Amino acid sequence: MTGLLHLDQPVVCAHDLAAGYGTDVVWSGATFDIAAGAFVAVLGPNGAGKSTLLRQVLGLIRPLSGRIEVLGEAPRRGNPAIGYVPQARTLDPDVAFRGVDLVRLGLDGHRFGFAAPWRSQRSERDAVDRAVEAVGATGYAQRRLGAMSGGERQRLLLAQALVGEPRLLLLDEPLANLDVRNQATMAELIGSLARGLHLTVLLVAHDLNPLRNVIDVVCYVAGGNVAFGPPDEVVTPEVLSKLYGAPVEVLVDSRGRRFVVGIEEETAHPHPHGELVPDAWRLP
Amino acid sequence: MTGVVLGQAGAARFSWNLLGDLGQMLSYEFMRNAFLAGAVVSVVAGVVGYFVILRRTAFAAHALSHVGFAGAAGAVVLSVNPVWGLLTFCLGGAAVMGALGQRLRDRDTVIGIVLAFMLGLGVLFISLYNGYSTEAYSILFGEILGISTGDVVLTAVIGAVAVVAVGAMYRPLLFASVDEEVAVARRVPVRGISVAFLLTLGLAVAVAVQVVGVLLIFSLLVTPAAVADRLTTRPASAIAVSVVVALACTWLGLAIGYYFSYPVSFFITSLAFFAYVVTRLSTGFARRRRTVVAVARPA
Repeated sequence: MTGLLHLDQPVVCAHDLAAGYGTDVVWSGATFDIAAGAFVAVLGPNGAGKSTLLRQVLGLIRPLSGRIEVLGEAPRRGNPAIGYVPQARTLDPDVAFRGVDLVRLGLDGHRFGFAAPWRSQRSERDAVDRAVEAVGATGYAQRRLGAMSGGERQRLLLAQALVGEPRLLLLDEPLANLDVRNQATMAELIGSLARGLHLTVLLVAHDLNPLRNVIDVVCYVAGGNVAFGPPDEVVTPEVLSKLYGAPVEVLVDSRGRRFVVGIEEETAHPHPHGELVPDAWRLP
Repeated sequence: MTGVVLGQAGAARFSWNLLGDLGQMLSYEFMRNAFLAGAVVSVVAGVVGYFVILRRTAFAAHALSHVGFAGAAGAVVLSVNPVWGLLTFCLGGAAVMGALGQRLRDRDTVIGIVLAFMLGLGVLFISLYNGYSTEAYSILFGEILGISTGDVVLTAVIGAVAVVAVGAMYRPLLFASVDEEVAVARRVPVRGISVAFLLTLGLAVAVAVQVVGVLLIFSLLVTPAAVADRLTTRPASAIAVSVVVALACTWLGLAIGYYFSYPVSFFITSLAFFAYVVTRLSTGFARRRRTVVAVARPA
């Protein structure tokens, strides 16, 4: 199906899309095209529906209204052309489960049974090694996953997403819980991987600044609305004030970093339930 | 579980002729049955135990054993083989827990509430059975020496189903346990896997209760896997080591229990406990030494 996709065709296109759970609308009126190879930062306050956008693209929730196409078809769960990196979770530090075991799941974790021990695992192992090397985790990938730092785990999750050779990469707050230096390194790593592998990337973050050298486009989710465009055009007082429905200022410092200020608490949390997703509303 | 007096072979004398000792032990049918049932239970508990720790479902295992207590006691009242009561209640309990959904925090409360009720129900059933306390004792603390040949066969069948189930869902079970969100996105049936695992856990609990009893279930379902987790880093090796540790504890415990008139489950739980303490001390020491070396060497 994806073979029919033309290079100039957008990877994700949304038209007047509304997303939410049950009758709760999280945001609506989103219209945008994400070009192949674009690096998109999904920004906005907590609870505005940034992860909801990823869930929409992953096909985990249906649109409330409007239309969305991903890689030329309706979003569907289990699309191998999509790599997904959720926020890193912790694991019992003693449990026998290595970094490479996590990466391997990206290759065949969805298949039933176990990898037949009588068959050579060479090609699978090579693929895992390549992915681990690509994210610079070779030094510690054989260690227990639970004993790793947040940054190390994040890299292995990234390797897991890459091992299936996706064309679209979705990352949920990969810079959260990292110190400033690691944020910059991680942003650079993702940026160079995306360029080298010709990936289209949607990256959820709450701060634009560590990403400013790698992103092309900003998708700003706030106040139930979505704005899409180059950072200089979206992260402006005019656009953000309109999104939030309240006066917002954007300060630009001498190095070109943008800081959004003056957001009232209530407007920052327009959705009463935050990003908690009740079980009953998840698709089976 | 026919209420065989514990340590009934206590008259046996230990000699240093180990093969001769073994031959003497195995000349008794109840000892042969105990070794066989112990082996089956060790394999099942060792395999399932790895996932109990990985998925942090120790509390569910604990609760299932209490549900099993009510089932076994109820079966005794009805003069049915307690294994059937165990099996029915453990599977029923697992199905209910699975239906309660994914949110573990809410589930813990409900599990605790059901657990207490089931224990109470078990007490009622036991008192209905003419207040015969030996039955309660063997359900609570295990009665491996009273396992009949028929029970061994039944245990082997249940055990085989549990191990095959884990094998069949091995990769998606790992995936759903470690990385649920990505597993969902990759179309792994996470909800179904969760229910299937709870049912498998129910089977494991049902067979393990026969050996160590309701109250000592963790000594086979958690401790050997915890030892294995510290000794290895790969899932498959951990499962193998966990089985070996469970088997060693059960068989050694049985052999020791043959010569002393104390409960076999005491020896099994003690061996498992000391295996864990020794592993923890030695691996902790090794890890600390590695850290010191790493610090001592300048970058």
